[in-house]
Amino acid sequence: MSTATEAVRLIPKPTDSHECQLLEVSMGPQHPSTHGVFRMDVALDGERVVKLKPVFGYLHRNHEKIAETESYLGSMPYTDRLDYMCSLTSNWAYALAVEKLAGIQVPERAEYLRVITAELTRLQNHASLIGFLLQDMGASGTPLMYAFREREKILDLFEALTGARMMCNYMRFGGCRVDMPAGWLQQAQKVVDAFPRFLDEYEQLFTENEILMARTQGVGVLSGELAVNAGITGPMLRASGVNYDIRKVDKYGIYERFAFRVPLGDHGDVYDRYMLRMLEMRESVKILQQALRDIPPGPIMDPKTKIRGFRPKAGEAYGRTESPKGELGFYLISDGSSNPYRYRVRPPSLVNLTVLEGMCLGQNVADVMAILGSVDIVMGEVDR
Amino acid sequence: MLGEGILKGLAETARNFLGSYVGKDRLTTVQYPEERLPQIEAARNFPFLVYDGPDWQQGMRCVSCLICEKECPPKCISIEKSKDKKPDATGKPQFYPAVFNIDVSVCMSCQICVEVCPFEAIKMDVEFELSTDDRFGGLLWNKERLARSNEYYRQIHPTEAAAVDAHLAEDRAKLEAKSKAAAEAKSSATAMVSAQPASGVAAEK
Repeated sequence: MSTATEAVRLIPKPTDSHECQLLEVSMGPQHPSTHGVFRMDVALDGERVVKLKPVFGYLHRNHEKIAETESYLGSMPYTDRLDYMCSLTSNWAYALAVEKLAGIQVPERAEYLRVITAELTRLQNHASLIGFLLQDMGASGTPLMYAFREREKILDLFEALTGARMMCNYMRFGGCRVDMPAGWLQQAQKVVDAFPRFLDEYEQLFTENEILMARTQGVGVLSGELAVNAGITGPMLRASGVNYDIRKVDKYGIYERFAFRVPLGDHGDVYDRYMLRMLEMRESVKILQQALRDIPPGPIMDPKTKIRGFRPKAGEAYGRTESPKGELGFYLISDGSSNPYRYRVRPPSLVNLTVLEGMCLGQNVADVMAILGSVDIVMGEVDR
Repeated sequence: MLGEGILKGLAETARNFLGSYVGKDRLTTVQYPEERLPQIEAARNFPFLVYDGPDWQQGMRCVSCLICEKECPPKCISIEKSKDKKPDATGKPQFYPAVFNIDVSVCMSCQICVEVCPFEAIKMDVEFELSTDDRFGGLLWNKERLARSNEYYRQIHPTEAAAVDAHLAEDRAKLEAKSKAAAEAKSSATAMVSAQPASGVAAEK
C-alpha cells in the first residue's frame, strides 16, 4: 500500500505533445465528505472518472495485534472503536465469536437486550447515514440535523443503559454487563413508537425530491453479480437485489423469533441504497416492537462465566453478525491461554469499499461523493 | 408535477421550523453552559477512588491488590503497593496504595477496572468538564485527586451505591458473625468466661 508521501501515479507524465488530457486529483484525506481520513486518487477526463484508487490506512492503530496481547475481555472496549457509530453491534459480534469459542450459553433476557440494542443501533446508524449522504450531495445541515435529533434520543437510551453514548462496552461473554434501569423499557418504547413518525417526515423530505432523484438514480450502479463476487455484504448487497441477510441466514441470537422482512433493491444504484435503508429502518422498528413486548425477566449473565482469568479451550471460532454496514465477523484462534493467539476482524466497511472504482468509473466527479456516501463507511473500521 | 417533491420537503422544514417555537420535541437543544440537561444516572467518565469516613487517606477502600492495574486494557493505571499496613476505616490493618496514578489522557472510560475490583474501591465519575492546558501533569491524576467520599458516590449513582452499600454491609455482617462464632467457639472450648467474645466485635467497629 502506498503512503501519503509516496506519489501514486495513475496516469503517465504529461508530454509536450498535448495528447494527455487527463487530470489527476487527490480527494481527501482531509475532506469533509470522506467520512474520516480517506483518500481517493482520481484520474479525470474532464468531469468523468476514468480511474480511481482508494488509499486508506491513515487511521491504522494496530487493533488486531493489540488484541493478541490483551485478555479476551480487554479487547471488548476496543471493539467499540472499530465502528464507532455502532459500538453495540461490534460488541455483539465479538461476544458471539468468544461464546462460540468457549461454548457459553446466553440467557434469554440477555439475548433480548442484545437484539434491542442492536436494532436501536441500526436505526441510528441508517438515519445518520442518510443525513450524511444528503450532506455530501450538498443538502448542508438540515437532513443531518434532523437525523441527529433522532439519534440523540437513541444515544440517551444507550447512556441510561450502558453508561456511554457511543463507546458502550456493554456485551459480555455469556450476557450483558448490566440490566436495564427502572423505566428504561418505557422510555425505549416511547422512542420506538415515535420513530415511524420521524421516518415519514424524512421520506416526505427526500423520497420524492427531484434533485435527490436526479443526483442518485442510475448513479453508481453495482450489479448483483459483481457485488457477490467482491464479497459485498449488508445494505449495499441487498440494494443490488441479492437476498442475503445474516439475521435470516445464520439466525444468530434469537432472530428466528421475530417476524421481519428483508427489503431488496432493484437497480443497485445510490437511490436504491438510500431507499433500502429507509425500508430497513421500518423493519427494525417492527423487530423492536416485538422484542420490547416479549422481553422476559430473568438473569442477564451466564453465572459460570468468569470476568477475570477467562481462558477458553484451544480451538478456533468465527462469529459474525449483520451489523448495520454488513457482515461483521471476528475470527479467533485460542491456544488455551488468557489472550487470543490470533484475532482477526472482517470489517464490512473495508470490503464494501473494494468495489468503489467499479461503481465510480464513467461517473462525474461530483457523483463520486454520493457513491462513497452510499457505501456507508467508518474509517475506524476500515483501517483498524 | 416537477418540483412537487421539493415543495413537500420545504413544507416539512417549515413545519419543523415553526414547530420549534411551540413543541419541545422539535427544539431539542439547550444553551449549554447556562442551561444543562439532567445527568443520566448510569453515565460514566473517569474512575475515582472511594473512601469511607472523613479522612481520605485513612478511609481509602483500595488495598492495592493491583488487579485493576493488570486488567486495564490501555494500561493507564499505575500503583505502588505500600510496605506497611495501616488501619482502614473499620480499624483493620490493610495494605494501601503508596502511589495510585491514573493517566486520564490514556484512560478510555471502559470501566473494566470497576468490574474487576473485588473491594468496591474504584468507581466511575460523571464529571466531564475536565479540559486543562497542562497536558502532562494536569491529566496524570494522583490518589489525592482521585479520592472521593462514599457520600459523593451515593450522590452521583444513587441506585448503584445503595446496592454496593448493602453488599458491603452484608459482607461485614457475615464476617462479624463468623469472628463472633469463632470467638465463642474458642471461649467455650477453653472454658474462659464472658469478657472475651465482645472484644472481637469491638475491633470490627
